[in-house]
Order: sequence, then structure tokens, then C-alpha cells
Amino acid sequence: MTKDIRAITMPKWGLAMTEGELTAWLVDEGAFVDEKFEIAEIETTKITNVFESPISGKVRKLVAHTGEVLPIGALLAVIAADEISDDEIDNYVSKFQEDFVPEEDGASDDPVHQKITVGDHQISYLKIGDGNNDPVLLIHGFGADTVSWMFNQSVLADGRAVYAIDLPGHGRSSKSIPDGSIASMAKIVSGLISALGLKNVHLIGHSFGGALAIAAAEESGAKSITVIGSCGLGKEINTKFLQGFIDGKRGKHLKPVLEQLVFDKSLIGGDMINEVIKFKRIDGVPAALQALVDSNFANGLQSTDLRGILSKLLIPVSVIWGANDEIISVSHSQGLGSNVSVSIIENSGHIPQMEKSSEVNDIILKSIGN
Amino acid sequence: MAKKSYREAINEAIAQEMRRDENVLVWGEDNAGGAGGEGEQDAWGGVLGVTKGLLGEFGPERVLDTPISESAFIGAAVGAAATGLRPVAELMFADFMGVCFDQIYNQAAKFRYMFGGKAVTPLVIRTMYGAGFRAASQHSQTLYPMFTHIPGLKVIVPSSPYDAKGLMIQAIRDDDPCIFFENKVMYDDEEEVPDDSYTIPFGEANVIREGEDATIVAFGRMVGMARQAADALEKEGISCTVVDPRTTSPLDTDTILECVEDTGRLVVVDEGYPRCSMASDVSSIVAQHAFKALKGPIQMVTAPHAPVPFSPELEDEYVPNADKIVAAVRATLA
Repeated sequence: MTKDIRAITMPKWGLAMTEGELTAWLVDEGAFVDEKFEIAEIETTKITNVFESPISGKVRKLVAHTGEVLPIGALLAVIAADEISDDEIDNYVSKFQEDFVPEEDGASDDPVHQKITVGDHQISYLKIGDGNNDPVLLIHGFGADTVSWMFNQSVLADGRAVYAIDLPGHGRSSKSIPDGSIASMAKIVSGLISALGLKNVHLIGHSFGGALAIAAAEESGAKSITVIGSCGLGKEINTKFLQGFIDGKRGKHLKPVLEQLVFDKSLIGGDMINEVIKFKRIDGVPAALQALVDSNFANGLQSTDLRGILSKLLIPVSVIWGANDEIISVSHSQGLGSNVSVSIIENSGHIPQMEKSSEVNDIILKSIGN
Repeated sequence: MAKKSYREAINEAIAQEMRRDENVLVWGEDNAGGAGGEGEQDAWGGVLGVTKGLLGEFGPERVLDTPISESAFIGAAVGAAATGLRPVAELMFADFMGVCFDQIYNQAAKFRYMFGGKAVTPLVIRTMYGAGFRAASQHSQTLYPMFTHIPGLKVIVPSSPYDAKGLMIQAIRDDDPCIFFENKVMYDDEEEVPDDSYTIPFGEANVIREGEDATIVAFGRMVGMARQAADALEKEGISCTVVDPRTTSPLDTDTILECVEDTGRLVVVDEGYPRCSMASDVSSIVAQHAFKALKGPIQMVTAPHAPVPFSPELEDEYVPNADKIVAAVRATLA
């Protein structure tokens, strides 16, 4: 009766993930879980994330141990009804472990990062999905890259192409930023959209990328925009975070800086901190980050106000904000006008698309029309 | 990002710097391998193939084969650096450094100091070290402590492909003579290494993991052994901090002291001989500056004070390994 026994396995979040560490079980053996019930916490090299059960049923056996690092597809837990005996469960587990072959590195058909020239810049992007629905373009924030969307991109790519880009100075794109102002960076985004030949694109931007989405919306003929914890909607910004991000060279200095990004501080693991340190060692990156800060946040305040542009947009506009955002206050989501739909995510900091990915995915899917 | 070997990481670092700066030159025994002679050009790229491919891209003006005369070609590299070029010279095995030691410790290391800071010597000497290659006593030594002893030299001991690339680029851009120690059994080790150029500053230790019970400071190939030991001890509930100083000169004493102050116990792992070694150096620094934090005796895990043996069985016993590190951690906790 093994057909009634089902496996919960290590998920794959984003392209870079090859393995994950089970940092905590949030359920006990014997518990009944519904689909989307939070069952475990898994740490990747980017961030720790809550793992929601992909299926519903009774948790008969927790196979993986806390602290174990397991490849994608490895058995975490077994779901089965009470009628199935413990012996059958044990047999299922040993058979699974015997047959399990971890996916070989690079052997899969994963989409790969591609490059396109826009003006003087080599822009790297990752395209996932295809179909007749209008395409989506994801624009990350300051100091980030396509990984910002590791929990979102595949989910949104249902019947449509979803492009995640690396801004100049970030990720795999060329690093020089001659002019880091929002206006000039937004031109690069619309240039990229036209170079890729995208029509009726849904623009989704996070933080600094949110400001770029607003500023590029008209020129790129966007069909809708969604911005998350966006720049350009108020004066204040946590410049201690920005400068700390640029200046912090050691894990112990960067940890408290990065912890400001999230509501649940335990999500920021050592691997994520190391990734940031490695990013900042790349030639041209510190200068690019400083250029962005100097162009947009000199004197500790945001220099560009996009509220006027936002209120005049004739396309659907969705604004998402973490209620506990320590980088840009959630108060910037107030008084935005009747054309804007605002969603506040409780218990979330500046990166709700990672911290509360499933809530954010639902909101985006609704606004881009699934 | 792709997985690259220790060998590929070093090769890529040199190639990227040669593209960036035409003053960067490469030479050494068989570094081109076949250049100017009959038969295959670029046949070797050094005895273990680290510089292979550079001749094809940069030509015989910038990638040179040298005679088997270390005193001549290392001396030439020191002179070239003094005139403003940035040579990366390969001295095959660190064991052969004796024949050109004057050029290194009494010339290159002194120029900046003796000319009152008006002269710089942007020189990199790449060299192989370490046992485990079945190459006997004269091709297996771990001699970075000897160079660490000399003021004016910078000494780099990368423990991974990622570090090797960033530290090599830093070494080429550095204005002081750098001795870059490559462990010959690590050339095929692989990990993710960015395609972009990046630098890792000298004197900045990598705290690879943080624990509560003991600090293990390890160099070069021993870092991997220390990680294995820490993994094994973790299963028994003993958690260790592992520190890789990355460079022995300059040495990040601040990080070492901070970690020892947190854990109260120190194990130093050095593949070199025990006397006047990095193990004894780190031990003395901790004993002088963090004595009050110590809860147990410092332990050193090193090779014995004896040449590297030719017998494979003896050679395997000779090199420090994870078991010996585990035993040392237990000893300092006892």
C-alpha cells in the first residue's frame, strides 16, 4: 500500500540551491498538517526560510534530523494515514534512501543566466517560464541580485516568462555605474525591456528597484507595477543600514546590519553573510554601491520623490510593505492615492518577498492576473 | 558562477591581471613549456600546469620559460619588479628556495625599507609546498614559516580555490614582494569561484565556523583537516571555532585573539616542522596576549621535527590529519 505513503523532500528554492540545512522542525510526529502548513525551517546559502508542507496528511515520521545538511530531493518526512503500519513506513523509508540519487551539479535543465548589452552595460538576467500571458520583469534592490526572487520567480512563471535582472553594479552584470541616479538607472531598465522585446510587461521592483519600476513604468509601456518596500515614496531611509552594508567587511560587523532586513532575526545565517562579503570584494562593487548612495541618499534622505508620477499612472499599481520594515518605514505606504492598492504584511521586515514569500506571491499573482 | 579547481582559480587570477595590466609578466621553469622550440608550444604551463594557456593568450614576450637557474630568474624578477614591472615568477618547489634566498630575503625584502619607502618591489613568487605527493624529503617541505620570519615579505597560504583567486589578484596588485604558497595536493580541489575579478585583503583571517569549546587555527591544506575534525567533534557535542589566517605575514592576530578569548582553548595546526613554526608563533602570541582567557594548555599539531619520509606509509603518518586534531582538541579540553 505504499501508494498511500507520501514523501516530503528537500525543496529547491532558486537556481543556486543544491542543498539545505534543516534548522528546525515546526511539527511533531503524529501531527496532522494541511497543505501550506509551516512544517520546518531550512537554511540555504542565501537565507533561512520556512518550509510549507506541499501536501496534507498525518506526519508519521520525521526522517531528517535538525542540523542535517541534505541535497535537494532528499527525504525529510513521511506522510501517511493511520492504517499504514509502522513497519510499512520503515520499509518505505529504507527503499527511498536506497533508491535516492542526488541530482548531479549542473546536470539538470535549469535555466541559465544570460547577458544582453544595454548602452555601456552588460546586463545579466535569468528567464524562467514561457507562455502567452504577459511577461514579468523583477528588479532587485540596493546590494542585492536575482536571488532576491528565489522564492517568487518560479511561482510567478505560470504560463508566462518571468525575467529577473541584475542591475549594473550587482550580480553578474557589469559593475561600473557612471550615474547612479534613479532617473538614469530607470533608463537602463526601459532600455533593457526594449532590448529584450518585452511588451505589456508587469514590472515588479523591490526597494531601490521599486523606484526604478515606478520611474520606468511609462517609457516601458508597463501593464502594471508592483513595488515592495519601495524607495521614492518618502524622505526617510535607514542610511546606517546603507553605509553599514558598504563598510562592513567582517561577519560580526555585517550581521547586525543585515539583521535589520528581517523581522525574524534568526533568518540571517552565516552563509548569507559570507555571500554579501564575497559580493563586495568584486572589483567595482564598492564604488558602484557608494555611487548609488551618493546619488540618491546624500545627506541621509531620499532625493527623489516619485509620489507625483505614481499618482498619475493609469495602470494598476500595487504597493506591498512589511509592517516591521526597518529600512524604509511602512508609513511611506500611506496616502498614495486611489489608483494604488496597498498590502501590509504583518511580522515582516524589508524583504517580505523572502520572509513571507507565499503571502507576497498570492498578492502579486492577483494583481498580474493569474 | 562555476566550480573551479585550485589550479584553475590561480590561472584565472593571473590571466585576468595580465589582461588588466600589461606590466604583469609570468616566468619560470616550463611556465610556457615548449616556447621557441620544436614541437607543441605551451605544452606544460609549469610542472603541474598552473600557467597553461597563458602563452597562447599573451605571447612569448610576457610568458617566458627560464633555464634551471633559480638564482638567475628569481634575481631577474626582483630586478624587474624594482623597475616597475609586476612579474609573477614560479619557483617550482619551495624546497629549492635555498639557491636564490639572497635575492629574496636580503634584496627584495629590504628595498622598501633601505630606500626610505621610495622603492617598491611588486613581485610575486609562486611556489609549491607540502607533503603527501610521494616526492620525498627534498620536494615536500612546508617552508612558509621561514619566509614569515623575514620582515618585508608578505606570505600567502591559500586554503581553497576561492581564496586562492582573490589572494593571487591581491598579491599581483600589492607593491611588496609576496611569496604565494600553493599546496601541491590541493590543485584539483574544486569549489564555486566567481568569474569576476575580486581581491581578498591580506591579514584578514577567515573565521570558517564559530564554536564555544575550542579555537582551531589552521593554515593552508590543514584548514580542510581542521574542518573535518570540527565536524567529527560536533557530533560529540564539542563545538569548535576554525580560523584560517590566509596570510602568515601579515597575520591577523586580532581575530585569533578574539576567538581564543571566546573559547578559552587553542589548537594550532601547521603542516610545517614544529620549531620556529606558525604553530609556535601563534601559540606564543596567544600566551602573551590572551593568557588569562586560556582554560587549558595550548596544543600544537604539526609534522615531527624530521625530514619528510620517502616511505608512503611513513609519509601518511607524518602529515597532521583530522584524527590528530581531534585528539589535540580533546587534550586541551581534558
